[in-house]
Amino acid sequence: MPQTITEKILASHSGRDVVEPGELVNGRIDLVMCHEVTTPPAITMMKSIGVEKVFDPSKIVVTPDHFVPNKDIQSALLAKILRQWVEQQGIEHYYEIGRHGICHALLPEMGHILPGTTVIGADSHSCTYGAFGCFSTGIGSTDLAAALATGELWFKIPASMKIVVEGTIPPGVFSKDIILEVIRQIGVDGARYMAMEWVGSTIDALSMESRMTLTNMAVEAGAKSGVIAPDAVTFEYLQQKPHSKNKSFAPVYSDADAVYARTVEIQVDRMEPMVALPHLPSNGVGVSRVAQDSITLDQAYIGSCTNARIEDLRIAAQVLKGRHVARNCRTMVVPATTSIYNQALREGLFEIFTDAGCAISTPTCGACLGGYMGVLAEGERCISTTNRNFVGRMGHPKSEVFLASPATVAASAIEGKIADPRKYL
Amino acid sequence: MTTQMKVQTSTLVGRVILKLGNDVSTDVIYPGRFMATVLPAETPQYAFADLAEFNTQLKKKTFPPHSILVGGNNFGCGSSREQAASTLKGHELVIVARGFARIFLQNAINLGLRTIVCPELEASEGDDLEVSEGRVVNRTTLKSYPIVSLPKARQAIINAGGLIPFTRKRLLEKVGKN
Repeated sequence: MPQTITEKILASHSGRDVVEPGELVNGRIDLVMCHEVTTPPAITMMKSIGVEKVFDPSKIVVTPDHFVPNKDIQSALLAKILRQWVEQQGIEHYYEIGRHGICHALLPEMGHILPGTTVIGADSHSCTYGAFGCFSTGIGSTDLAAALATGELWFKIPASMKIVVEGTIPPGVFSKDIILEVIRQIGVDGARYMAMEWVGSTIDALSMESRMTLTNMAVEAGAKSGVIAPDAVTFEYLQQKPHSKNKSFAPVYSDADAVYARTVEIQVDRMEPMVALPHLPSNGVGVSRVAQDSITLDQAYIGSCTNARIEDLRIAAQVLKGRHVARNCRTMVVPATTSIYNQALREGLFEIFTDAGCAISTPTCGACLGGYMGVLAEGERCISTTNRNFVGRMGHPKSEVFLASPATVAASAIEGKIADPRKYL
Repeated sequence: MTTQMKVQTSTLVGRVILKLGNDVSTDVIYPGRFMATVLPAETPQYAFADLAEFNTQLKKKTFPPHSILVGGNNFGCGSSREQAASTLKGHELVIVARGFARIFLQNAINLGLRTIVCPELEASEGDDLEVSEGRVVNRTTLKSYPIVSLPKARQAIINAGGLIPFTRKRLLEKVGKN
């Protein structure tokens, strides 16, 4: 029976030869990602299951990221609980402030994510890891408790949606624009419960960073996971990362005649940069149309697990170099991890950002979810490289978030209104 | 009272206290700025915090247990924050929606929050709904709508009182076999 990459991974991890969409299997977990907001409740629940020790400390990777450096006393407590638990459990892979980063950028960059594996994270954007050809999905704290205690979790086998992307990406257009276009087409629940599998010549030509932007937003289409088959680009990336260097793994590929619930085809040759209007990621429109409307901004935000990797910062710097952000538009740059921060500093990107009038912060998820470090007041408008623009997402329920690529956000920061990045590249 | 007594034990009757549209996100159910509050005993105070009037009514315990919140498609989309489920469970609400987002539904099942998938539901605020096995009857409009029941493996988690007691039981059984 032909199988997709997702079906093959879940079959091999549940002692089965084949699985079918809709089936429930008890799957073995290769890696668990924990951060400071969703893990503390799981620690308590694990105790009520009656289990003292995690199933395997070497298969758990932990970083605080949402409200660190600590936002307030309450978040300080969460980070403290996490740290104490790591010590008590003997978890080696823990990234303290100063080495930390937004989990979905940090784990790949350290080489923790390997093709053919099963990964879960107590965070909805854990679907990001699928860019490496693994099965990865987001769960809540209770599922996390069960997985930490047993090393297993019940999975409903998702049907797969194939997204075929063909053509050469025009200047000024990036993978963020492609995912916003796909979500525009299929809607915020268009891939509900499904695995979104990306194929095509355009995907083959993308860097791992750009691929992660695609799989990161799978959950914004309601999907359970996003996945891209591993290839030379993947292997090359893994060779350079500390924990994956010289490590063996077993890549898995979809059969040519595997069954897909739906196929979506995207031709990118004539695509233009996209902007998702408030208050859904599916509200995408071409930037040339939005730019005509003179939508003035109060804030521009370059950060988050979606678009704050080194490639994103380089693009933003290219747009901002020798220019200045508008007086009305405060601009934040938040590199996703410590090593991205260090690299941007070494490459001279920080000088470009500060000369342009941007504020730079240490890695945190903070503002993306209206936590801190860039929260919006009533009536304020922000253009952001993040993944969600729901009502109240970045602050006041009467604030507005527009989603776009780092290039579009940087160009908009310069003009103080939503702008087309192509004239700056 | 007599009507209530005729009803079978598995049947639940409640009034629709809030009706929402499609794609209600976890940011609306439990805004991100309260995410550092994680204990199920403390999360209920922030349920729908930005719908100030409704939040106040919830906190004043205006509504009896099993009051119903009606949603459209994709209820609970967005974050995996379990507070979005625990905050509603704390008020003993029942969520009847045309469809739920994946992680929210999973969290709700794991915590034992009553969630009913009713794809064709038509109901307004103030309507009385009767939820029984296989259907929802809108007692106000006298119309009946089918329910999509949960897979057996999921129902087993609910029957055990949530994923934690379910897993505890499973592990004890494993130990017993050895």
